[in-house]
Amino acid sequence: MFGQGIVKGLWVTFKHFIATYTADVRRGTEQYLGSTLADTPFEVRQGTKAKGIFTVQYPEEKLAVPERFRFIPFLVVENYDHPERPGHDWCTSCGICAKVCPPQCIWIVRGEDPQTKRPIPEPQAFFIDIDICMNCGLCAEFCPFDAIKMDHDYELASYDRTANHIYDKAKLSKEFRYWQTIAPTTAAEEAEARGGWEHSDVIKERKKAEASAAKAGGAARGAAGGAAQRPRGQAAATSEAAAGQAADAPKPEAADDAAAAAEKAKAERLAKREAALARKRAREQGGQ
Amino acid sequence: MTDLDLRELQGTEFPVPADLQGNVAITSLSKIYNWSRKNSVWPMLFGLACCAIEMIATAASRYDLSRFGMEVMRASPRQADLMIVSGTVTKKMVVPIVRLYNQMPEPKYVLAMGACASGGGPFKEGYNVVSGIDKYLPVDVYAPGCPPTPQALLFALIALHRKIDGQSLANMDDVPWYGVGPSDPTPIPILGPDIIDPRQMDIIRRQAELAAAGLPYGKREVPDLVLTAGAASTSAPRTAAEKAADKVASAPAAAAADDPEKAARLAKREAALARKRARQQQQSE
Amino acid sequence: MTDQSLVPERLEKADLDTAYKVLKEKYPDAVRDDTRTGYSGVIVDKNRLVDVAKTIRDELGFNYLSHATAVDYLGLGDHLEMVYYAYRISGGPGLVFKTQTDREKAEVPSLVSIWPGADFQEREAYDLYGIRFSGHPNLKRILLWEGFNGHPMRKDWKEPYYEQEHKPFDSRWPKGYVRRAEELNPYGKNVQYPADIDLSRLNDISEESIYSGMGLGVDIQELTTSDGIRTDRLVVNLGPHHPSTHGVFRMVVTLNGETVETLEPVMGYLHRNHEQIGERNAWIHNIPFTDRLDYISGMGNNHGYVLAVENLLATGARYQPPTYRAEVIRVLMVELNRIVNHLWAIGFLLNDLGAFFTPSLYAIAEREKILDFFEATSGARMMFNYMRFGGLAKDLPEYIRSTANLVNDQIRDFNTMEYLTDLINERLPRAIDELDTYLTESEVMTSRTIGVGYLPPEMAIAYSCSGPLLRASGVPYDVRRADPYSIYPELDFDVAVRYNGDIYDRYLVRIDEMRESIRILKQILPRLERTKGEPIFAGNKAYMPRVPVGESYGRVENPKGELGFYVVSAGDEKGTQNPWRYHVRAPSFINLTPLGQMCQGHKVADIVAVLGSIDIVLGETDR
Repeated sequence: MFGQGIVKGLWVTFKHFIATYTADVRRGTEQYLGSTLADTPFEVRQGTKAKGIFTVQYPEEKLAVPERFRFIPFLVVENYDHPERPGHDWCTSCGICAKVCPPQCIWIVRGEDPQTKRPIPEPQAFFIDIDICMNCGLCAEFCPFDAIKMDHDYELASYDRTANHIYDKAKLSKEFRYWQTIAPTTAAEEAEARGGWEHSDVIKERKKAEASAAKAGGAARGAAGGAAQRPRGQAAATSEAAAGQAADAPKPEAADDAAAAAEKAKAERLAKREAALARKRAREQGGQ
Repeated sequence: MTDLDLRELQGTEFPVPADLQGNVAITSLSKIYNWSRKNSVWPMLFGLACCAIEMIATAASRYDLSRFGMEVMRASPRQADLMIVSGTVTKKMVVPIVRLYNQMPEPKYVLAMGACASGGGPFKEGYNVVSGIDKYLPVDVYAPGCPPTPQALLFALIALHRKIDGQSLANMDDVPWYGVGPSDPTPIPILGPDIIDPRQMDIIRRQAELAAAGLPYGKREVPDLVLTAGAASTSAPRTAAEKAADKVASAPAAAAADDPEKAARLAKREAALARKRARQQQQSE
Repeated sequence: MTDQSLVPERLEKADLDTAYKVLKEKYPDAVRDDTRTGYSGVIVDKNRLVDVAKTIRDELGFNYLSHATAVDYLGLGDHLEMVYYAYRISGGPGLVFKTQTDREKAEVPSLVSIWPGADFQEREAYDLYGIRFSGHPNLKRILLWEGFNGHPMRKDWKEPYYEQEHKPFDSRWPKGYVRRAEELNPYGKNVQYPADIDLSRLNDISEESIYSGMGLGVDIQELTTSDGIRTDRLVVNLGPHHPSTHGVFRMVVTLNGETVETLEPVMGYLHRNHEQIGERNAWIHNIPFTDRLDYISGMGNNHGYVLAVENLLATGARYQPPTYRAEVIRVLMVELNRIVNHLWAIGFLLNDLGAFFTPSLYAIAEREKILDFFEATSGARMMFNYMRFGGLAKDLPEYIRSTANLVNDQIRDFNTMEYLTDLINERLPRAIDELDTYLTESEVMTSRTIGVGYLPPEMAIAYSCSGPLLRASGVPYDVRRADPYSIYPELDFDVAVRYNGDIYDRYLVRIDEMRESIRILKQILPRLERTKGEPIFAGNKAYMPRVPVGESYGRVENPKGELGFYVVSAGDEKGTQNPWRYHVRAPSFINLTPLGQMCQGHKVADIVAVLGSIDIVLGETDR
């Protein structure tokens, strides 16, 4: 009979029409006011079991974006209340993000020592043209220092692009703490891969210092901790110096350079061996 | 949440006259006028590329444009107030877009949605891509993102509402459509050997003359890569073409090219600023 | 020789090597092997191309021309090359044949007489490479406009914003002083003009040339139909700004009264130079760009491209194929994406039929649920950038969880596997069933679609159609079965086929395919559970991989049809960082070839319905 299909279709639309009300009746006020259930009403509406309207009333309630959400990149800097290096860039201006950026929207001026003209591992300037950026996240994915991350703030509309849309370092930089808040799981995973919550360079130095300190004797432990907590400018010093200092503390009489160097080499060898053994053990355990 | 700075808009040439400021009648009238306008911005049903899909998603039930009085997407430009340029504008497409814009009645607004419409986006270097619709049309709000999520688009629309809210009936610069006579249409670009903007005829002619004279006529290769605004003038000798280029491109560089003294001053200023920045950085550490 | 004695019926089933051998024996002076490293197939003398093609189609049975494209080997032999991939519609690997021509006077015989599906592809090669195809019925520019200066895909053509031959550009690091490309151009825009530009006689010839092919001098002609009714012949432009052209597509239609006489698609309004940018890009740079081809099914695009490059990588040393879990997740993503795409296609087909917005709103509502999962996994709703050479960007997250960052942010926290299970087992099947009840029998649907836009199977094959368009004409051709890839061989599913070849059957094929996708997804779920915790990457994730030289054609069954990526790595014998050629065989583009024929004789209102049933996306059509 002609018209049967339309009636069937209208039945579907009718069910859609009343779905919100039936869901309200069934679930009570929980969809809007919350309940004793673990899910928030918002979650219920946005979940797979929801029926009826699921509109997000945008400015009054916003759909929080998931952790891996990608928008414009930002640069991670050390927390502003960090004891050793507050506000210091994590970026070492290695340029990998600029190279891997598909539309080439990243400009980096590598830092330079004003006297020696040798490159230093921090960017002097960093620009991202957000009118070119395609939010692909490759920069964040391939950054070896976890220094560039994709931001979650999408509310960026502006009235003028010439003045606002090339982000410079000041505008791009955000505290590490911010990254921990917007992406706790990812940040934790990355920290695990790095071996600590600090920047990978700091961790590396600390490890070196600790290794040599361990070699230098149990009494050196305090000094090694002190060495790791030195201000950032000195922390960039070579491990040799760190080893030297650590060695200095317990036995000041052994200030002989050659002896210190030999000591250091031995310490490194031992540390490496220890690490290799640990890896092997871990592998064996993993195998079982 | 980034707060939009409405002061960006207030650099108008015609400030509100002192005796009109605080004029209760006008402000209340403006308020009503703006309230009704901003709650019935009808966008044009007009999609270009990827962003159009997000625009449709915004109009659909989850984000629901009708909460802003915008559900009436009109396919005809005659009934539309807002053109959401949603996606990459190609040279072939900019001709119809300009034509559509000209057909929209005043007051009309343009929202550049996404990186492509704002500045060419990832396709900026493409030979058939217009690097930003603002090269041809006046844009009111830019929504960055590739593509902006529906919520980002909604934020941009709210920004547009605020802009409308900030307009005053007392300021003719805000409401030029109450001025005398119809507004001038934007000249429609021509598809020649490449797209030709009639407004640029002069510079194209000049370049053609340079070409005829055998002079370098337009840059193909990137010159010195260290071309900051200050350093530009001191680097390689610049041809007439390059100077002409700078006139349309960047005002400070053009000024620098014309006036060596000013260039030197600018360079000094740059250096001083750099020193200052370095000092500040050291202190902050 | 036993091959000589093969009768044509057996020849049609002969394997690829035999086929090549037969060709070489039949045309000893015109066909030779392509002996370059990493290349396959034969090179055909261009003077015998048509004969050879006829043999390939009729005697060897490779009756489906999958794709045809040009490559410019400037500096590597200095010739232009046309590459053709022909397949058997019954399945199996493809036969590759090429022909070479001089760069200065590029001319190749057209194959439109053999495979009408070569029509648009040859026009594209003419447009972008300047190869003239002798015998082509309508050789005009297709993506750019008539009068455009030069052929931009040639290696010696430089775009206005040209900066450097390949990315990464040196100006970005270590002395990356930011500079907008506009500032380097004298016009401040992305334009350049030839030295001999004549501004005194400046007129737009692009429009005239569009109509010139239609043989019409005037806009309106009076006609008398066979019934003696006096009507007008009109030329009507649909698009590029039209709510039902699915983007910026344009059709120039000649109408006799309300009946379509001829229809010519005009495209290129979204031609954003994917291929040219793709050749400037490094290999990995292209992955996010592929998302923007068919922007509704980005996962499928990713998959096609990584398959093509993985084929090349596999020829070199130090490459490890993706792990099993990576393959499982790839299929999961692609099949979910197929559902997204078909929901969208059906919703908007109904829009075109006049059921304005209700069906598409229902479809989009379900789509949002899938997008939530995509967003949580890959980080974006549409531009996923999720697959990598040899693996994936990231494993599935354990929780679809968000953190409040902005004011008023409302958080969600779902277990990913629970969410997926619920989606696949409950929500999506219910949504598809509902759509089925809602639309399939509806008279709004049936009266507008049954018998409209008929495409006979032989024509569908000849026109190189693919995807639901081909399968609705009764041809069971699905790349997942015909030339399997990934883990499809071990999955149990049917190829959805319908036999009437009209709009209604295309709609039904889409419904069937969504059900098949659900069936695949239900088999994927236990595999996901089983492989939990396994790595998603076997090798190393390199940011600038060196790809061994050679050519490769990776194809996948995308929701819209066969999506292929033809990539050539050439130049450096040790492997290259950038593709020499990056070509996209876009289903939306090639499926449009028979549009004119399908619309002929129908009413003007049916045009948008036919177009909607093809399901095009302009990002892919124009690239």
